[in-house]
Amino acid sequence: MGDAPPLLEARGLVKVYPGVRALDGADFSLRAGEIHALMGENGAGKSTLVKALTGAVPPDAGEVRLGGRVVRPRTPVEAQTLGISTVYQEVNLAPNLSLAENLLLGRQPRRFGLIDRRAVRRRAEELMARLGVRADVGRPLGSLPIAVQQMAAIARALDLDARVLILDEPTSSLDADETARLFGVVRGLAARGIGVVFITHFIGQVYDLCARVTVMRNGRAVAVRDARALPSLELVALMLGVSIDEARAIGGTHARAGSSADPALRSRGLRRGRVGPIDLDLRRGGALGLAGLLGSGRTETARMIAGADRPEGGRVEIDGRGVRPGSPRRAIAAGIALCPEDRKADAIVPGLSVRENIALAVQARRGWWRPIGRRGQRAIAERFVRSLRIATPGVEKPAGELSGGNQQKVVLARWLAVEPRVLLLDEPTRGIDVGAKAEIERLVGDLCARGVAMLFISSEIEEVVRVCDRVLVLRDGRAAGELSGGGVTVESVMRLIAGEGERA
Amino acid sequence: MRDAARAALRAFGRAAPAAVAVGLLLAFNAAYTPGFFDLTTVEGRLAGSMVDVLNRGAVVVLLALGMALVIATGGVDLSVGAVMAIAGATAATLAARHGVNAWSAIAAAVAVGAAAGAFNGALVAGAGVQPIVATLVLMVAGRGAAQLLTGGQIVTFNDPVLNFLDAGFVAGAPMPVLIAAAALACSLLLSRGTALGLFIEAAGDNERAARLAGVRVRAVKASAYVLCGLAAAIAGLLAASDIRAADANNAGLYLELDAILAAVLGGTSLRGGRFSLAGAALGALFIQGLTTTLYLHDVSPNATLIVKAAAVLAVCLAASERVRAWIKIRSRP
Repeated sequence: MGDAPPLLEARGLVKVYPGVRALDGADFSLRAGEIHALMGENGAGKSTLVKALTGAVPPDAGEVRLGGRVVRPRTPVEAQTLGISTVYQEVNLAPNLSLAENLLLGRQPRRFGLIDRRAVRRRAEELMARLGVRADVGRPLGSLPIAVQQMAAIARALDLDARVLILDEPTSSLDADETARLFGVVRGLAARGIGVVFITHFIGQVYDLCARVTVMRNGRAVAVRDARALPSLELVALMLGVSIDEARAIGGTHARAGSSADPALRSRGLRRGRVGPIDLDLRRGGALGLAGLLGSGRTETARMIAGADRPEGGRVEIDGRGVRPGSPRRAIAAGIALCPEDRKADAIVPGLSVRENIALAVQARRGWWRPIGRRGQRAIAERFVRSLRIATPGVEKPAGELSGGNQQKVVLARWLAVEPRVLLLDEPTRGIDVGAKAEIERLVGDLCARGVAMLFISSEIEEVVRVCDRVLVLRDGRAAGELSGGGVTVESVMRLIAGEGERA
Repeated sequence: MRDAARAALRAFGRAAPAAVAVGLLLAFNAAYTPGFFDLTTVEGRLAGSMVDVLNRGAVVVLLALGMALVIATGGVDLSVGAVMAIAGATAATLAARHGVNAWSAIAAAVAVGAAAGAFNGALVAGAGVQPIVATLVLMVAGRGAAQLLTGGQIVTFNDPVLNFLDAGFVAGAPMPVLIAAAALACSLLLSRGTALGLFIEAAGDNERAARLAGVRVRAVKASAYVLCGLAAAIAGLLAASDIRAADANNAGLYLELDAILAAVLGGTSLRGGRFSLAGAALGALFIQGLTTTLYLHDVSPNATLIVKAAAVLAVCLAASERVRAWIKIRSRP
C-alpha cells in the first residue's frame, strides 16, 4: 500500500468560528481498508473535522482529496454521492417509519410510478443481510434495539456505494455484545476495502479495533501513530496535551490538613445505565477530584448524587442520614448543590436577569410564598457580582446575554448563595478564560477552607491535581482507583485513566 | 438606581406593543370619532364609549390574565371558553333550578372553574400531555358537560345578586370593570408579590434548569392552569349575568382565541418564559376598543373581522424582532 495515494486526505484545514479556531491547519489521512481511530477531548476539533470532510461545514482554508482528486462537497448529501458517508452518534433516522422505509427513504424502488412495497422489503433485507443482521424490516425503527438502529444507519450509509465510512461515537449507547457485533461488521467492511474513521472515547476500543490513531488537540492533528506502537498512557498524554515528563513533575501540592476524616457525604453503590456501582466519600473541607475521559461516568455520578437523575440503585447519605434520590429539591434541602456541566441546557435561564438567576435557588428553597423581594435579590446578586467579578453592566441584564464565562459565574453564584454543605462542580472552568479559571480554582480553595465538602470534575487533569486533595479516577463507568495526598500526580491519574497494568 | 429604572423599563417594554396600539386607537378616536371621550353620568352611573369599552372588554381581560400565566409556562389553555360555559351553567342551574342561594351558586361556579384548571394542570404537568392537546380535551368535552348541566336548554334566571354581577354599579363604576380591575390587582399581587411569577418564568424559559434549581416545576405549571380556570369561571359568570341566562352552546365561544391574542399583544412570549399581566389587560382592551370603534363608524360586522385581523397583524409585525431588524437595515442610508 506504501506509495498508493491515501483514500481520503485532508491538508491544512482551517475553520474559524467567532472566537474559536475550531480547525487550525488540521491534516488527516485515511488508507483504503483501514480502520482509523480519531481521538481527542471535547473541543479538540474532531467533529469540526468530520463536518469539513462531509461538507456539513465548508472549511475556510485547506483541501480534501478523495482518491487523489480534490473534492469540495457542499452538503453531506453531496459527500455521500462522492462516497463519504457518516453515521452520527444520535441515530439520524425516522423512528416512526419501518426499518425498510428508513433504509430506502427517497430512493424506493417503484413500479408503475408507485412504491413497490415488496421490492422495498426485499432490498432492505438484502442490505441488512450484508451486515450479517437479521431483523424484521417491516417493524417501526423506533421499536428495534439501538444496536439494530445503528446497524440500519450504517446499512443506509453503505447502500450509497460508500468508500469512506465515518462512525461518530457509534458505541456510546451500546452494550458489550452489541459493540462486539458492530466491530465484526466494521472489520468486514474494512476487509472489503472501505476506509473507516472511528471516533470514540473508549481507549480500549481503539486497541481492539483500529490500526492507526490520529490524535487531535486544539484544532490540529498532534500525532498519527500505529496503534500498536502507541502505549495507552502516551495516548492519554497526547489527548490531554501533557508530556509524560512534565506529568511526573506536577504533583499534588494540596495536602489539605483541614479535611476531616468523617465524610459529609457518602455514596454507596450508585448506578444508572452503564455507570456504577460507584462509592465515594466527600469530606468536610476537602475537594475530591473526579477524573476520567469523556463518557467515563463523571457527570452521571454527580447528577445521581444531586438528584438530577434517579439512580437505579445505591444510596446517598449526608452526615449519616439518607437522602431520598431522584429529586434536586430534596438534595438541595439536604445541602447538596450541583453546578451542572451543560450550562446552557441545565443551568442558565436566559430570559431572566442576572439578579433573578442568582436568587433562583435561594428563592426556590424558601418557597413561593416567602419572596425575597427585589431589594433582597439585588443585595444577593450584587454581592456575588462583586466577589466573583461577574462582568455585567448591571444585575438587571438578561443572563443569556452574558459571555460564557460570566454565565458560568452566575450559575456558581446561584449555588454559593444557598450556602451548600456539599458542592458538586462539573466542569466549572470549561470554555472560560484563564483569569476566570484561576478565580474559580481559588474559590474552590476558599470554600474548602470554610468547611464545604467539594466534588470537582474537570477534563484537565492538571487542574484536578492542582485543586483536589484526593482524586477518584473513573474508567468506563467504574472506579479505576483512588489517589490521595502525595500520590495525587498527573502521571498517576493518567496511568489509572489509561488502565495500565490491565493491558500490556 | 439606573439599574432599577432599566428593570422597570424592561418590564414595561414587554407591554409596549399593546400600549402603543391602544394609544394609536385612542388617537384615531380623538380625531375621527366625535364624542368618544365624553363621559356622562346617568343617575350617578358613568356612561360613554370609553366606559363601554372597559365594560365589554372585562371578560377578555379576565381570560387574558389567566392565559398570560399559562403561556408563560410554555403552555396554552384552549379550554377557557368551555370553562366559561360550564361556570355559567353551574351557577344558573343551581340558582334557577335548585333554588340555591346566589352566593353559593357563585362559589360553586368558581370552584368548578378551579377544578377544570386543576384537570388541565394534571394532564400537562402531571401526565406530560402537550398543552394544546390536553386543553383541547376540555375545550370539546367542557361544552358537552355544560350541556348536560343545563339539559340542553338555555337556563334563564332572575336573581338580584347574579344580575348585579354584570349590570350593577358601585360608586358609579360598572361591576365588570371593577371585577376585572380587582382580578388584575389580585393576579399582580399573587405573581409579582410572591415568587410565583419568577418560578413561572423560570419554568417556562428553561424547565430543566428550574428543576435543578429546586423549583417545583410541576406544581408551578399546574397552579398557572388553576388560576386560568378560576379567571375563566369568573368571566363565565359575567357572560351569563350579561344575558341573564346560561347558554352552554355560545357562552365564551372562540374567546380562547381573543385571550391568546390579548396575551401575546401584551408582550407574553408564546415560547414561554415571560409574561406581562398589565400588557395582557391592555391587549384585551385594544381588541375591544377596536371592535367598539368600528361599530361606532358603522362598519359592517363582516368587514369588522377583516379590519381587526389587519390591525392585529400590524401589531404583531411591529413587535417581531426580525421585522424590526429588517426595518433598521433598510432605513440605514
